[in-house]
Amino acid sequence: MNAIVTNQITKSFNGFIAVNEIDISVKEGELFGLLGPNGAGKTTLINLLSTMIRPTSGTGTVNGFDIVHDSASVRAVIGVVFQGSTLDEQLTGLENLDLHGRLYGLSAGLRKKRIDEVLDLVELSHKSGLLVKTYSGGMIRRLEIARGLMHHPKVLFLDEPTLGLDPQTRLHIWDYIRRLNREEGITIVLTTHYMEEADNLCDRIAIVDNGRVVALDKPEKLKSALGSDVIILTLDTPEDAKKFYRVCKETGYVSASTKDQTVYISVKKSEEAVPEVFKTAFTSGTNIQSITMRKSTLDDIFIHYTGRGIRDELVDDITYMKYKLQTKR
Amino acid sequence: MGAMLSFQTVYTMWLREMLRFKRAKSRIVGSLATPLFFLIILGTAMGSSYNIENYKEFMAPGIIAMVLLFSSIFGGVSVMWDREFGFLKEILIAPVNRFCIALGKAFGGVTTAMIQGVLLMIITNVFGVHYKSLLGMLLSIPIMFIIGIGFISLGIALATKIESHEGFQMVMSFLTMPLVLLSGAFFPLSKLPDWLRIAVHLNPLTYGVEALRFTLIGESEIPIVVCLVVLTSFAITTTAIGGWLFGRMEV
Ligand SMILES: Nc1ncnc2c1ncn2[C@@H]1O[C@H](COP(=O)(O)OP(=O)(O)OP(=O)(O)O)[C@@H](O)[C@H]1O
Ligand SMILES: [Mg+2]
Repeated sequence: MNAIVTNQITKSFNGFIAVNEIDISVKEGELFGLLGPNGAGKTTLINLLSTMIRPTSGTGTVNGFDIVHDSASVRAVIGVVFQGSTLDEQLTGLENLDLHGRLYGLSAGLRKKRIDEVLDLVELSHKSGLLVKTYSGGMIRRLEIARGLMHHPKVLFLDEPTLGLDPQTRLHIWDYIRRLNREEGITIVLTTHYMEEADNLCDRIAIVDNGRVVALDKPEKLKSALGSDVIILTLDTPEDAKKFYRVCKETGYVSASTKDQTVYISVKKSEEAVPEVFKTAFTSGTNIQSITMRKSTLDDIFIHYTGRGIRDELVDDITYMKYKLQTKR
Repeated sequence: MGAMLSFQTVYTMWLREMLRFKRAKSRIVGSLATPLFFLIILGTAMGSSYNIENYKEFMAPGIIAMVLLFSSIFGGVSVMWDREFGFLKEILIAPVNRFCIALGKAFGGVTTAMIQGVLLMIITNVFGVHYKSLLGMLLSIPIMFIIGIGFISLGIALATKIESHEGFQMVMSFLTMPLVLLSGAFFPLSKLPDWLRIAVHLNPLTYGVEALRFTLIGESEIPIVVCLVVLTSFAITTTAIGGWLFGRMEV
């Protein structure tokens, strides 16, 4: 059975289409990733699926319940960790968790057990008695995740779960997400900017751009569809790069893309492809400044499908997260 | 939805308001200073200048109603801050009846408002405002509850509609102040020109002031039964509207 199915789901805000006729289905027990740049529509899609907003057109079901007509049933089986903070800052971490447990009908004993469990996970036990307004941005994020996991939902939505966290905490959270998924069988949908996060965690990934799903498959499949190696050429000028890129397309390499004076070419085996590349450069009369080879990553997939790197707009995570948190204040 | 679960939801939201109140205690008690000054200075000055007997006694129920109004509307409108700070998402995503959430919020706010009202009643009494009887003072408490619920739900209803801080300012200056000034908290109703009398009688707070006058000083110009009927109808109406609007909120 599918945990999530959408059918041409669309959301527009005053004529601006944020989610554009998306069709996806997520299997029960799957760990599904939504990968995309800022403004792609990931959060909007999660808001639609979690019944926080209503679709402009199209339909969707979560755990078999219609997200519009049966939104109460949907809410009963999901957990959501939103992108921005949704904690009560005037209360302590512990109080926030306790209220959450009560809203989800957990008994006093179970509340205590789960609170200890999740606080331990995010290593906030020693801070749980402090007001949330005294927490750092990363601590707020960790508490938020802890709270979302407390009631063991059937389907869990995580909107940028590890944004701005330090590497160590991120690894812990990944571990726990995996455990929840494997051991408890919770279906998880997460959005992320991090290629390695999607690659590491997700069974399947949907690449979202401008409100549409531009690619959807297992990470390995997405990568192998492109070829396992990437050749990166630096040319004299962006014009040269564009020209070379066109020639590459015509000569039928698996995939190529260009940015500034660089051309990325995906190939099956770089050892065999390099002579070809030089030949192409020679016949088209372009000068190669430098050449690099490496294994392809999800980044390359992303560039392939959207024509730009996922990180292009991001300054750095911490600044970005601060910005995100601030917009909530 | 089970009755137990509904109760649990209402209780949870009430508990949250109480936890917040616990931390804001000194601020909330401090906010009683202004109405107290009003009463002591204005009450004394008016009483002696116009030679009105017992003006302080006349004014005290009005001041208590004013505090209830401020506290209640503010408590209701605080839903707007919950949206601003994101916490609203946490409660709207929960698998609970939203009407129960609004109700819990209202009960929490009204508890705070009543604590302020009762404190003010006791303090004014200590400062020499003479109330009719202890029974009357006790009976004032349920009346404070009905007044509070009515205006808090009005606040919640408004909060679902206003987006910004300016909206909040507008509510405070174009709704709260006129409600107080047009309520008969500071003047008797009998000698008013027609236009003013009509406005005053259309104001639900007037009936709150009058009801408190009845219980506290034993006399009111509007019969207590009329006051109770108006106040109860007002509370039921605003709770229904506030709960309904809250249920349809998107974030
Ligand atoms: N309530 C709203 N009103 C108007 N426009 C909105 C609203 N919510 C989202 N949008 C727009 O819809 C688009 C998609 O936004 P969304 O938040 O879903 O992106 P995202 O993929 O989550 O981006 P990010 O990675 O920055 O979180 C953006 O252009 C955004 O400006
Ligand atoms: Mg987002």
